[in-house]
Amino acid sequence: MSLDYSAAVAANRFGLGAKPGELDLIGADARGWLEAQLRGPAPVLPTSGLRPTADILSDAAVIRQQLQALRRATTGKPAAAPASPAADPASAEALAAVMRLPQLFRPIYIAEVQARLRNAVATERPWVERLVYFWSNHFAVSIDKLAVMGVAGSLEREAIRPHVLGNFRELLLAVEQHPAMLLYLDNQRSVGPNSQLAQRAARRDRTLGLNENLAREILELHTLGVDAGYTQADVTSFAKVLTGWSLGAGYGAGKMQDGASELFMFRPALHEPGAQTVFHHRYDQAEQAQGRAVLSDLALARPTARHIATKLARHFIADDPPPAAVARIAEAFERSGGDLPQVYRALFQSAEAWQTPLAKYKTPQDYLLSVYRGLQLPVADGPKSIAAFDVLGQRQFAPGSPAGWPDRSDDWDGASALMKRIEFADALAQRLGGTRAVAELGPQLLGATYSDETRVSLKRAASDGQALTLLLTAPEFLRR
Amino acid sequence: MNRDQPAPINRRSLLKLGLAAGGAALAARYSFAAPAAGPSRLVFIILRGALDGMSAVPPYADPDYARLRGELAIAAPGAGDGALALDGYFGLNPGLTFMHEAYGAHELLVLPAVATGYRERSHFDGQDVLESGVTQPHATQSGWLNRALVNLPAASRRGRESGVALAQNVPLVLRGSAEVASWSPSVLPDLDDDTMRRIADRYASDPLLARRLAEALATGGEVDQAPSQAMGGDVAGTAGTAGAAAMNPVVRSTAGRYIETVRTAAGFLRRDDGPAVAVFDTTGWDTHFNEGGAQGQLRTRLAVLDQSLRTLKETLGDVWGHTVVLLATEFGRTAAANGTRGTDHGTGSAAFLLGGAVAGGRVLADWPGLSARNLYQQRDLKPTLDLRSVMKSVLHEHLQIASGALDRDVFPDSSAAPYIAGLLRSNAA
Repeated sequence: MSLDYSAAVAANRFGLGAKPGELDLIGADARGWLEAQLRGPAPVLPTSGLRPTADILSDAAVIRQQLQALRRATTGKPAAAPASPAADPASAEALAAVMRLPQLFRPIYIAEVQARLRNAVATERPWVERLVYFWSNHFAVSIDKLAVMGVAGSLEREAIRPHVLGNFRELLLAVEQHPAMLLYLDNQRSVGPNSQLAQRAARRDRTLGLNENLAREILELHTLGVDAGYTQADVTSFAKVLTGWSLGAGYGAGKMQDGASELFMFRPALHEPGAQTVFHHRYDQAEQAQGRAVLSDLALARPTARHIATKLARHFIADDPPPAAVARIAEAFERSGGDLPQVYRALFQSAEAWQTPLAKYKTPQDYLLSVYRGLQLPVADGPKSIAAFDVLGQRQFAPGSPAGWPDRSDDWDGASALMKRIEFADALAQRLGGTRAVAELGPQLLGATYSDETRVSLKRAASDGQALTLLLTAPEFLRR
Repeated sequence: MNRDQPAPINRRSLLKLGLAAGGAALAARYSFAAPAAGPSRLVFIILRGALDGMSAVPPYADPDYARLRGELAIAAPGAGDGALALDGYFGLNPGLTFMHEAYGAHELLVLPAVATGYRERSHFDGQDVLESGVTQPHATQSGWLNRALVNLPAASRRGRESGVALAQNVPLVLRGSAEVASWSPSVLPDLDDDTMRRIADRYASDPLLARRLAEALATGGEVDQAPSQAMGGDVAGTAGTAGAAAMNPVVRSTAGRYIETVRTAAGFLRRDDGPAVAVFDTTGWDTHFNEGGAQGQLRTRLAVLDQSLRTLKETLGDVWGHTVVLLATEFGRTAAANGTRGTDHGTGSAAFLLGGAVAGGRVLADWPGLSARNLYQQRDLKPTLDLRSVMKSVLHEHLQIASGALDRDVFPDSSAAPYIAGLLRSNAA
C-alpha cells in the first residue's frame, strides 16, 4: 500500500504544522496549495501596537544622551569607589539609568514575538510565513546584543517581509541598510582610513578606522558563502566600500545632518574615497552607489545562488541535501536573477522534497509553532506566553551569532532538549485536560504520517490528558 | 526536572529500557578491572566568538604592544588598573582574579600564542575545526573529544556515559559514536511514572529517540542527586564595581544563571560515577566594537568566566586535584585595534590549562613578537603552538589515551603537532 504523504509534508514541512482542517483543505493538490500562497502581495503582520524602527531608536537615542550626560557628570569625581551603590546616590542613579534601555526594549521585543506567534497560529499562508522565518534566520541578528533587542522584530517586518516574494537583490539591500543589521554588525561607526573624518581626527591625534564585521559576514553568510574563494583583501576592500553606511542621531560618528532620521543614513564624511576591488570586480562609483553596486553583484553571483540553494534545500529537504536538487534550485536562482518565487517553485517541484516524509527533526521553534497551530492555542499578553521558546532552547531572535540558528538534526536532538520537550508537552496537556478530542486530532495534524503505533498508544492512554502528551511527543510529531 | 525530589521513575524507566542493567554491569566490570583508576576529569570550555588573547593575556612588555593596541592596551602590573603579574613579560586581564590566584598556586598554565590548524577567519568554520580536530572545516560529523572517549581506557571510565555537555544539545566536539549525555537546568515539572513509561515504549522502535531518552533519564537521575546549593554572592559584585556598572543587565542575569549551571554541573562531575569529560560552552567573545581594555565589555565577560571557574573549583572540592580544564577559542583577533575601539578576526590567541592536575605557574610561550614583520599576514598574532599538541598531550597524560589512537583516530594528520611533555603534574593521575 502506498500512502500519499504529500498533504502532511506540505503542511508540516513547508508550512508551520497543520491546524485542524488544513490537511483536508490541501487535499490531493499539495503543490497547488503551496503555489497559491506565492501569489498576491507579501503578507504583512497585523501591526497594532508595534512601532516602526525610527520611533524606537529615537526613544533609545534620548536615553543614550541621558546616559552620556550622566557619564560626563561623574567623570572627574574622586576615584575612591563607594562601598555599595546604595551608599552613593550618584551610583544608584547610574545603575537605574543603565536599566532604562532594557526597560524600553524588552516590552517592544515581547510585543513583536507575540504578534509573530499570533500570526503563525492564524495564518492561511504558513509556507510564506516559514519563508519569512528562513530569511530572518539567514540574515540573523541576535538580541544578546542589547542595541538589537528593540529592533530585531522590526527588521523582519520592515526589511524581510516586504521582499519575501520579491527579488533577492532587493531583500539584500533592504536588510543591509536596516539599522538593526548595521548596529548588530557594528558598521555605523566604521570609518575609511582616508575619509574626511579620519583626516580631521588625525589632526587631533585620534585614530579612526575600519570595522570589518559587516563586510565579512555579508560575504560569508549573506551572499557568497565561506568557500567561494574571496580573500582577506576582499573583506578589507568591501569594508572600505561600506564605510559611511550608518544611521541617524545617537548612533553614527560625526555630526548629525539636518532632517536625518533614525533610519539608514549614508555619511559621506566617513566614506573611504576611491575605487575598490571586491571579488574580482573593480568598483569606482562614488559614495553610496559603490556599496549598492557591490551588493547588486554579490546578490547575483554564482556562489550566492549555490549558497542560498543549499540552505533552502537543507531546510526543506534534508540535513544533507541531495546535490541534484541543490543544482536545480541554484539554476532557477541564476536564471531568474534571484526572483524568489521562481526559486521557491524549483524547490517544491523537486521530487526529493516529497520522497522522505519526516526527514527533518523539528527545531524548538518548529515544534512550538506546530503545537500552537495544532491546538489553536491563544497567545496571552505578558512575557509568560513566549517563555516556552526560551525554556525549549530557542529564545526568539537570539541565535547568539550572525550565522543564525543551525539547521541539522544533530544541533537540536540532544537528550536534555528532548526531555524538555516531553516535560513541556506533558505540562501543557495536563493544563488542557480533556478539552481536546485527541483521537481525532492525531490524523488531523499528522495525516498519512500518523502511525499505527501512535494510534494504539493514544487509544490505550489512561486519560485524555495523557493521550495528548503522547500525541505531542510522538516521533512523527517531533519531525516534519 | 524537579531537582529537590528524588526521581524513582528514572531508574524504573531505565530498567524498562533495559539500560540500567547494562550500565550497572559496565560499572561493575570496570570497578573491579581497575582498582587503581584515577578519578581524572577533563573539562573543555569553548570560548565561542574568537577571544582576544592579547587582552586576556596582555604582553605588556612587548615593545609594540601599547602602540598597536592604543586605548585597548592594558598597562604593566603595578600601574593603576594594570595587568595581574605573571612572569614579568605577560600579565592577566584584571578581571581574571581567580585565574591569577591559580597561577600563584601553580595550577594555571598560560599559553599566549596558540591556534588550531585553521588559517581563515570565519567563526563558524574556525569553531568547526576547533571541535572536529581535523584540518578542514565540515570534513567530519564527529568531534575529537568523542573520538577520544571511544578510546578511553577502562581505568579512566566510571559512569555509564563518559562525557557530558552542559547544554540542551551536544556540541560537535562531543558528537560521535561514544555515548555522551547533555544536561541543562529545567524549570519544568517531572512527568509521572506511567506517562514516561508509555513514551519510552513508543520510542522503542525509534533508535534516535530511544537513545536520547535513555541518556536524558540517566543524566536526570544523576544530576538530581548532585549537590546544589543556592548561589551566595552576587555575580556582578565579584566582577568588581566597575564591571557591574558597565554590565548590560541582560548579560548580568545570564551570568548568574550560567554560574548556577556550572555549580550544578560540577556537583555532577565530582561524583564517583560521574563522567570523565565535560564540555561547557561560552559565547560573546566577538569584540568588534567598544571592547574595552583594563575596564569595559571584555573585562566584564572575563570576570564572569573567572567567577565560574572559581565556582567550579569550589564545588569540585577534592576532585579539583585530579582535574584539568582546557579553555580555548577558534582563533584570535587583530594585533592592532580596529577603527571602532575593538578588534577584528585574527589568528593566534591565548589558551589556558587550569586545575589541580596541571603543572602550572608558568607561561608557555615561544612569543613571536608584535613587530610588523613578525605578524601573521602583517595583521595578526602569529601562533607558535598548535592547540592539537596541547589537546593530544592532555588526553595522553591525563586520560591515558594511547598515542596510537590519538594520532590515528582523534587527531588525524596531526604529525605537525608533536606531544608536549610536562604539562601536567606527574603524580596527579
